[in-house]
Amino acid sequence: MAGRLAGAGAGVGVAAVATAAAAVVGRRHRLRPDEGAGSPQESRSRWQAVTILAQPQDVLGADDTPPFFDGLRDTVEVEARPAPADKGTELRARLREPASSEDDAAEAAKEIRVALRRAKQVIEAGEVLRVDPTPHGERKATPTGAVVDEATDRADEEGLL
Amino acid sequence: MRALTWTGVNETSVETVDDPTILNDQDVIVKVHLSTTCGSDLHLLGGYIPTMRSGDVLGHEFMGEIVEVGSAVRKRKVGERVVVCSFVACGRCWYCTHELYSLCDNGNPNPALTETLWGSPIGGCFAYSHALGGYAGSHAEYIRVPYGDHGAFPVPDGVSDEAALFASDAAPTGWTGADLAGITPGDTVAVWGAGGVGQMAARAAMLLGAEQVVVIDQLPERLDQVRQHVGAEILDFAQDDVLAELKERTGGRGPDVCIEAVGMEADGTGAQHLYDQVKQQLRLQNDRPTALREAIYACRKGGSVFSLGVFGGLVDKFPLGAVMNKGLTLRGAQQHGHRYIPMILDRIAAGELHTEHLATHVLPLEQGPEGYEMFKSKDDGCVRAVFRPGT
Repeated sequence: MAGRLAGAGAGVGVAAVATAAAAVVGRRHRLRPDEGAGSPQESRSRWQAVTILAQPQDVLGADDTPPFFDGLRDTVEVEARPAPADKGTELRARLREPASSEDDAAEAAKEIRVALRRAKQVIEAGEVLRVDPTPHGERKATPTGAVVDEATDRADEEGLL
Repeated sequence: MRALTWTGVNETSVETVDDPTILNDQDVIVKVHLSTTCGSDLHLLGGYIPTMRSGDVLGHEFMGEIVEVGSAVRKRKVGERVVVCSFVACGRCWYCTHELYSLCDNGNPNPALTETLWGSPIGGCFAYSHALGGYAGSHAEYIRVPYGDHGAFPVPDGVSDEAALFASDAAPTGWTGADLAGITPGDTVAVWGAGGVGQMAARAAMLLGAEQVVVIDQLPERLDQVRQHVGAEILDFAQDDVLAELKERTGGRGPDVCIEAVGMEADGTGAQHLYDQVKQQLRLQNDRPTALREAIYACRKGGSVFSLGVFGGLVDKFPLGAVMNKGLTLRGAQQHGHRYIPMILDRIAAGELHTEHLATHVLPLEQGPEGYEMFKSKDDGCVRAVFRPGT
């Protein structure tokens, strides 16, 4: 893609980000050269990723573990690589080993989704935004209300990420 | 505290609910002075946005006074009179740093809903259903405002509460459409819809240098406001042949820029309107794009069409052939209010932008249900019903 990395007139700051990120990516690549995406049934799960407006070292942290990934270190590998132009750093994560079942793969994907989203929020905005408890009036028990409740209860676990 | 809640399709109630509290360190709590109805609320009331929950507190366009700040708030202070952008944005993600605040990556705690619906999540918005965050609204005595340093803007001393109120949403939404539509000096601009947003889009177009601005609606009191407070030309679509009039007024070209400020419940005339009504009521399409279709047909070759009214899902009979073959630029957005609100407040203070006239009916919060009924049915020339909590 044209303009990717530090090319196409990017400034000094972006170049520095790209250089630092390249070092990180290089280190990761030595550990994990097979970079292809795949379904949960294949030897590697698909990468799930967010783009964070920060430098790679600030995304990975001193111990190469982004915020909210401490509990996933044994099962999930993470990688940070420069995003195109001025967009920051792509933080990617996937299972180290194939999931044993589709259900396990789906559960793992949810955990990764939550961790990626929360890491991005903390790094960029300094906090994970909460909405509950929120003031509200009487909640009627309705079928559509139950669907909305279910959807919002799982809203940071689901989606296309 | 007392709050106006949505209790079901076309039903609202004033209830006693819990007071809001600081949930995040960057929050502020605002005592609401004024909170207005908005045309986009009608989509919620009517059940067209399916992610509402009974008991949700309504209202997203408001101003008031800061009464509490979180421990990480640096700029805002207790006692400040502020207007709050209806969209919740962190101010620090890539979208915010590129002034696309309504697209904030960190403003919506429920990202999966819009991500699944539209492919990517957008920012949060007060009281605009659980798809846009599930935030409690401003038709209440108090409201919690996340990212208070970024979303709450001090109101200059010379600007009244009534004028500042519309810097929360109507004015910056209108400005978003006029600015991002790419208006250049000398342009002819047509605006569909003479509600608060349409009027503000028209005024913004004039201030951005448009030579001729035409606003299209059918409600006489709104068209009168356009004449009196905006200074634009008007067309009554119930009486005038809009396409022919626009051709005549532009030497046969059509407007350079067409801004649709109506949204998913557009009114119209003739068979097309009936068709859209039936399909929407049967849920065969989510939205009625009557005004947007007309804007696309009216626009000159190579012109720009901006979709500023709220749409939620799918529309039928969309004139893609006209978009493609006429070489149009089609763009849309919710408001990027953080980008424009300080400038808008300055322009209000300078007398360049008039907003107070939009508040045709100011009511106590306890009369909220009557206010919404009046606003929905456009009774008594209602342009906006505004609620004053605590009275």
